[in-house]
Amino acid sequence: MYYSINGIKLPKNKLSKYEKTVDAGLPDIVHMELKQNAGTAPVPIVKKGSGVKIGTLIAEAAAGVSANLHSSVAGKVTDITDTCISIKVSADEYDKSINDTDEILTDIPDDKEFILSKIREMGIVGMGGAGFPTDVKIAVPEDKKIECLILNGMECEPYFTADNRLMVEKAEEIVIGARIINKVLGIQNAVIAIDENDIEAIEVMTAVTKRYVGVNVEALAGKYPQGAERQLIKAISDDEISRTSLPSDAGFVVQNVATVYAVYEAVMKNKPLYQRIVTVSGDAVLKPQNFLVRIGTPVSYLIKKAGANTKKLKTVILGGQMTGRTVQNPDTPVTKLDGGLLLFDSAKPEEEENACIRCNSCAQSCPVNLQPFAIANTYKIGDTPKIYKLRPEDCISCGICSYVCPAKIPLLDYIKKAREEM
Amino acid sequence: MMLSKSTAPHILSKATTKSIMLDVIIALIPSLLVSILMFGIGAVLVVATSVASCVLFEYLCSKYWLKAKKNTTKDLSAVVTGLLLAFCLPSNLPVWMAVVGAFFAIVVAKVSFGGLGMNIFNPALAGRTFLFLSFPVQMTSWPKPNIKDFFNVDTQTGATALEIIKYSDASTSATRLDNSDFLSSLPNYFDMIAGRMSGSIGEISAAAILIGFVYLLYKRVVTWHVPVFYVAAVFVAMYAVSYYSGEEFKYNSFMHILSGGLLLGAVFMATDYSTSPMSLKGKIIFAVGCGLLTVFIRLFSVYMEGVAFAILTMNAFVPLIDKISVPRIFGAGKG
Repeated sequence: MYYSINGIKLPKNKLSKYEKTVDAGLPDIVHMELKQNAGTAPVPIVKKGSGVKIGTLIAEAAAGVSANLHSSVAGKVTDITDTCISIKVSADEYDKSINDTDEILTDIPDDKEFILSKIREMGIVGMGGAGFPTDVKIAVPEDKKIECLILNGMECEPYFTADNRLMVEKAEEIVIGARIINKVLGIQNAVIAIDENDIEAIEVMTAVTKRYVGVNVEALAGKYPQGAERQLIKAISDDEISRTSLPSDAGFVVQNVATVYAVYEAVMKNKPLYQRIVTVSGDAVLKPQNFLVRIGTPVSYLIKKAGANTKKLKTVILGGQMTGRTVQNPDTPVTKLDGGLLLFDSAKPEEEENACIRCNSCAQSCPVNLQPFAIANTYKIGDTPKIYKLRPEDCISCGICSYVCPAKIPLLDYIKKAREEM
Repeated sequence: MMLSKSTAPHILSKATTKSIMLDVIIALIPSLLVSILMFGIGAVLVVATSVASCVLFEYLCSKYWLKAKKNTTKDLSAVVTGLLLAFCLPSNLPVWMAVVGAFFAIVVAKVSFGGLGMNIFNPALAGRTFLFLSFPVQMTSWPKPNIKDFFNVDTQTGATALEIIKYSDASTSATRLDNSDFLSSLPNYFDMIAGRMSGSIGEISAAAILIGFVYLLYKRVVTWHVPVFYVAAVFVAMYAVSYYSGEEFKYNSFMHILSGGLLLGAVFMATDYSTSPMSLKGKIIFAVGCGLLTVFIRLFSVYMEGVAFAILTMNAFVPLIDKISVPRIFGAGKG
């Protein structure tokens, strides 16, 4: 088996592509996980029993790379642990500072510092999965010359359609969000990268960008993992950015479209990041949908909301078939980083690991050009010095190697183990 | 609600070792059909014996020698080896010799090295070469194709096209009965493409082999690089030889590609995963090496054929080639 070089075509299963986003409503309780960002978790500033409104700051960013966390519901704090704040929902009352209307605001504040402080205050992080605080990412040092802002609308995980719906329904807001970030970066250019198969999103976004000079839509091949940051930059500019350097070193800043929308809401509407679109799909769901979900909503609530048969349900995946995690506890909450919740009647088949037949599928399809088979073999032998040469630390954990392997060797697991050993 | 637990990715492709081997078997069927048509029952017997004994030896090895928990015959790789071994044998070979070849292929060349994926030399070619050196007479007597009589096992034998052109010059062909008769037995291009000529079971029809190749490409089991670079290297080298030596008949490039085991070897043996380099760059080095060695052996050795020796020789270089053709990691050398 060989695959196209650096990436593969996956069965996309974008079942909910044409389903308008609907409000998931209010669960009885939300669990606000503290660490929903890269870096350090924020510190709780509420106490057990405190009353909160929607948008109330409940945990404050720690020093360094960290992000604020706001309540997504109105109610009473019932429990605070080291990792989580639980809030019992009693009402649906907004913090008064939030502009909760649907009107599109276009007057971008002409103050870079104000914008950055707003983004920081509202707890905006990279919603594509990395969770890097957005204010840190776009506050590029003066000596680096940024040429282009890239909006990542690729959404290359199977089943996921949340970003796609956002682009279709909130195109103008996204472009204004891009303009806001452009203001901080001091540039005019932005490219919106969309899967060439998402025709509706391409059309809607293109229509809007006509009114904004410097903002363009680019349709890219719908392969996986086209949405990985460095692979996306490579597809757009042909620049290869190694693991040890930053996209900004080469003049790029990449932001997920959902993040850019959150930036718009934070700066223009004073709205903290307390909700996001989550695709609920998979073969255990009768009607795959895109829900507007309050952060902290337990997956059990969404399972019920989606009408899945809980008796048959075997597998719950938060965050995608390729890179997500299986969830065993139905109380597990949705975080800022989860674009989808997948429900299946079946479990991942337990395949016995067979001998490597040297087919080269893993190496040929690896987006980073690693040799996963060699890393696995070297790890099994325990030849640590050689593992360094194979650079498992460059792995972006996309999971292609394990997926394509005809011998069903869990290559990504071996790479992760090899990385831990180093 | 009992929910399953798994590590990412949570889906796996449908491709398995078995499905890949099955694709190779399917790709070999056109050649098998042509050989049965041309050589009749002889081809059936040799192929059946070779496949059956390869599977049997694989089974015995996995059960009594390796004491493996799994029956490794289930991955069908032994069937592929059995077919490929039979494909480079003459159809009138005594069947017990095919059993010996299968033993050498599976037990010596494959399992001794650690089984599928670990063997250095292509098992089928190793078995074929062992037979070739042990039974030179039987391994070089080629039945003439006989479409009309399926059960005629006493088919006349004839020279292969490579033999004919190798001994076409007067000095050597004097040993033959009549030079003009000998030359007239040379198959034309149509015969060579369709498979109406003397030769090993699976090598006679270029068209059948190419159909298999197209199927393998379609199913993405192999890349085009090894077969194309291998054949191109032979073509270019032979063309250069014929051009500079002036012996256009003896070193006819088309003849050298269409006759002998070149296409069979290039499509089905030089592409063997276990015994060929992994990266594209490595594959190209390997294929060109195979091509040049094939030409070298065909020019200078006493043998007509050079494909088996060329591929086996290059097999030995695979670890080295793999070492020098490691792909450049994304972003490496770009700061």
